[in-house]
Formats: sequence, C-alpha cells, structure tokens
Amino acid sequence: MSEAGDRAIPTRIAETLDRMGRSAVGGIAEVGLGAILLWQSVYWVVLGRHREQPVRMAATFERCMEVGIRALPIVTMLSVTMGVMFAIQGIYTLRVFGAEEQVTIGLGISIVREFGPLLTGIMVAGRTGSSLAARIGTMRISQEVDALEVMGINPVRFLVAPALIAMVVMVPLLTLWADLMMLTGAGWYVSVDMGMSFAAYTQRIIDVVEIDDLMHGLSKAFLFSILITLVGVINGANVKGGAEGVGRMTTRSVVLSISAIIVTDMIFAFITTRS
Amino acid sequence: MSHAAEKRDDRPRPDLSGAPNVIEVKKLVTHYGAREILHKIDFGVREGEIMVIMGGSGSGKSTLLNALLGLLRPTKGSIHILGEDLTQISDVEKTLLRRKIGVAFQGGALFGSLNVLENIMLPLREHTKLDVNTMRIMARLKMQVVSLAGFEHLNPSELSGGMIKRAAFARAVVMDPKILFCDEPSAGLDPIVAAAIDELILNLRDAMGMSVVVVTHELESAFRIADRICVLDKGDILMTGTVDEIRSSTNERIQNLLNRRTETETLDPEEYLKRLTAAND
Ligand SMILES: Nc1ncnc2c1ncn2[C@@H]1O[C@H](COP(=O)(O)OP(=O)(O)O)[C@@H](O)[C@H]1O
Ligand SMILES: [Mg+2]
Repeated sequence: MSEAGDRAIPTRIAETLDRMGRSAVGGIAEVGLGAILLWQSVYWVVLGRHREQPVRMAATFERCMEVGIRALPIVTMLSVTMGVMFAIQGIYTLRVFGAEEQVTIGLGISIVREFGPLLTGIMVAGRTGSSLAARIGTMRISQEVDALEVMGINPVRFLVAPALIAMVVMVPLLTLWADLMMLTGAGWYVSVDMGMSFAAYTQRIIDVVEIDDLMHGLSKAFLFSILITLVGVINGANVKGGAEGVGRMTTRSVVLSISAIIVTDMIFAFITTRS
Repeated sequence: MSHAAEKRDDRPRPDLSGAPNVIEVKKLVTHYGAREILHKIDFGVREGEIMVIMGGSGSGKSTLLNALLGLLRPTKGSIHILGEDLTQISDVEKTLLRRKIGVAFQGGALFGSLNVLENIMLPLREHTKLDVNTMRIMARLKMQVVSLAGFEHLNPSELSGGMIKRAAFARAVVMDPKILFCDEPSAGLDPIVAAAIDELILNLRDAMGMSVVVVTHELESAFRIADRICVLDKGDILMTGTVDEIRSSTNERIQNLLNRRTETETLDPEEYLKRLTAAND
C-alpha cells in the first residue's frame, strides 16, 4: 500500500506539471493569437481600402454608439457616485490630520490617473467585452463566421476591426467623461461639506492636475480598450458546444479582461513611476 | 412528399457522364486532433450535376464539406475546385475562388444584424462596385427565385425555418456561383417544406446551370434531387453512383443504410408483419 503511495506521488507531480505545462502553452497560444488578431486588425484598417475591402464604416459607427454613447448613463451615474464616495473618504481621512483642505490634491490626481480609467475599463469589460464575446461566440456556433469565410469576407476585417476601432476611440473618451463626472461628484460633496465654492474647487483641481496626469490615465484607457477587445474576441472565437458554451466563454472573458486590466494597471503604474 | 418526387421524375436527369469535373478530390485525409476522420477519399463532381453526399450521422459528411470549402485544412491529399488546388493557393486567390462558389449553411447562418435583403446583398456589396440600387434589384431578383419576395425588410429572427433556408439559398446564389453547396437542406423542416426546398434546389440548378453539392442524411431527399449519390460511411466512401445504381447495390452496408430508413420511417404494419415472419422462416 505504501508502495502504491510512493509511486503515486511522482505520478501526481508529473501530472500536475503536465497540466501546468498544458495551460501555460494554452495561455501563450492565446497571447499569440491576440497579437495576430491585433496585427491583422491594424492591417485591415490601414490597407483594407487599398485592397478594395475597407473596414465597414457603418458597422464601426454602430459599434461606437454601443461602446460609448449607450454606456454614458451608467458610467455617469457610477462616476458621480464614486466621486462623492472618494470625497467622503478623503475628507474623513485627512480630517484626522486637520488637513482636509488638501483633499483636492488627492482627489484630482487619483481620479485622473487611476480611478477614471479603472472604473471605465471595468465597466466596458462588463458591458462591451462580454457582449462582444457573446456575439462572436453565437456567430461562431451558428456558422456565421464560416459563412463570412466562404463568402470571401475576412472575419477579422468584418467583425474585429470595427469593434477594435470603436473601442480604441470610445474608451479614452468615455474615460475623459468619467474623470469629469467623478471630479464633479467629488466637487459637489466638497463644496457642501467644507463650504468651498465649486468655482474655487474647480480652480484647485486645474492647478493640481497636470496634462501628464491626464495623459497617463488616457494611455491606460487606450491599453485597456485593446485588451478588452482581444480578450472578448478570442473567447468568443473559442466557443464550443452551443449556448452553454457561449455563456461559459462570456463569463471567462469578463473575468480575464478585468484581471488583465488590473494587472496592466499595476505594471503601468510601476513602470511610469520609475523614470 | 410523393408529389414532389413525382415532379422530379418528370424531369429528365441530364446525361453528364462526359462533363468535366468542377471538384476533384484525391486521397483526402483529414484529422481532428489525433483522430483520423476521412480515410483517403477520392471524390469528384461534374459540371452541372447535383451530387449528394449521403451518410449516417458521424460518417464525416460535414468534415468533407468543410474541407471542400477550405474551412478545414486536410492532412494529406489534394482538393481541386474549378481547377485550383485549395491546399496550395494563396489567401488572395482563395478569396477570388470563393466568389465563384455559394454555400447554404444548415442553419442558414444569416447575420442577425442585417435584414433579409441586406443579408442577400452582402456578397455583392463586398465583392462588386455596383451601385446600391443595382445591388438591390439583383438581390430582389434572387429573392423572387426562392419565392421570398415581400420579406425584404424582416429580420432573420422573424423568419420561419423554411424561409431561413430560402434566404440562405438566395444569398448563396446572388453572385451566380459556378458551384452551390448545401448542408442538410431539409434538416429540421416538415416534409412538405423539405420537399419544396428540394424542388428549389432542382430549379436553381436548371435555371442557372450550376453544379450542386448537397450534404444530407435523408434518403428521401437524396433520391429526389440527386444525379449521383456518394455514400459515406465511417470516413470511407462506400460507393458513388446514380440513384438507380445505389438502389440496386448489393453492398451490404449500403443496403443497411437504405433499410434503416424503411424501418424507421414507413410504419406500414402489414409490411412490418411480413418482414417479421420472413425473419422467422
Ligand atoms: N470539431 C471537431 N472536433 C473533433 N471531432 C470532430 C469535430 N467535428 C466532428 N468530429 C468527429 O468527426 C466525425 C465526423 O463528423 P461529421 O463530419 O460532423 O459527421 P456528419 O456530418 O456526417 O454527421 C465524428 O465522429 C465526429 O465526432
Ligand atoms: Mg454534419
């Protein structure tokens, strides 16, 4: 019996290693696929017109509406709420040191550099990334992707490029809007709680926040938009086995893209604060 | 269904024995992962003929179709479509070749974001420089051919199963292809609608003179439309021949395939009793 146990342990280690190896290879393959998708999308955006197969403007516009405009109500509402929340916490914390006057510095910088892009990224991952995965997954199992292929229509050009353009354009814009709404929410609370006029608050924010901070946040939003699109498309394209498969991959895409956003955010912060 | 069958028998089956092949498959082997699905298949389709690929579920029909469409890369062998070797040509050449084929997928594969007319116009939009009005007229013409006129502005989700198939056929032939592929055209349809779809396939071939490759597991439909039938079983081709040749084949596996249908579909009690007693003798 102990012999069996002795033999089982190396086997189990080997199996575990095997499984880890497999998922590592799978992971690397997915990253590689993402790189290829990105490259092909850029190719079609740049050279599609030249090859007389341009990326569809109507579809791109429709995607933009979906990614950006239709997300406005929810992003606005959550941004204002979070702005108020940051102000409450900021004032509460700084009051301990009697430094609540300084709250605008913390608010301005953290919202523009961090929370605006992060909130927007997570919202878009949940809203658009998931629907992209579901849409492509559904098209895959109903053979619509095959249909494109046999009609001589490149699916990357037809489906992925419009989505990517829309995301790359709209997510930074949405982030800008989220920044503004968070700062407004925070400003409203600051003016009520500390009796600071809204104009004075605005002036302070303008003094504190530099263009660099803004660009830092927007660059992240740009990266997030690419990540969310690729994760959504790859998971959609990998759907197997009917509606249940679509549901599974949709969930996976949301979890993966939010994780990717947070990790990228951390790496980005680390790198940009070094130099 | 016998109604449509009679109609078919009115039509002379064209003599195509001398026609050149538009599809030529040699020693085709395909794998899914490590599993070999098709074992060295040889297969040809002549110009202007309706070739039915028939076989039970899991016999490899869809796999063969996907290989013919260039959706699945074969492990070995060659596939010539209209003289071009699918396994050798570049992507650009493949795109050009694909303008000359049309595919009606099993579930229609219509795009949910486009209405029926836009779906049918899509190949024209992508591959021609015609102005929108011309494209609309051409698409409407094809809609008339498939008896779908008047449903231009419906969304695919508002169509019935038979209408979806018709729309899929209209989209498949809108570029006047040389070869039309249909995957399980009568699957999921009631017998009357299925017979009407068979009739449509015959009409399309007669009107446009194209070659047609139909994948189906339904014998009724296969016998109704086929000029020749290719019987697939477990990844091998058992036999290729005319309807009469297949019917009169002495090959045991083919007879099994043919009889399975009579057992499950014609529930004539007298016939059943006769066969029971025959088995007891
Ligand atoms: N995507 C796939 N991955 C692995 N095996 C597959 C796949 N598709 C089909 N097969 C297998 O290939 C064989 C032939 O399938 P298929 O060509 O779909 O048969 P048919 O269309 O005649 O029902 C079946 O045994 C099936 O299990
Ligand atoms: Mg099949």
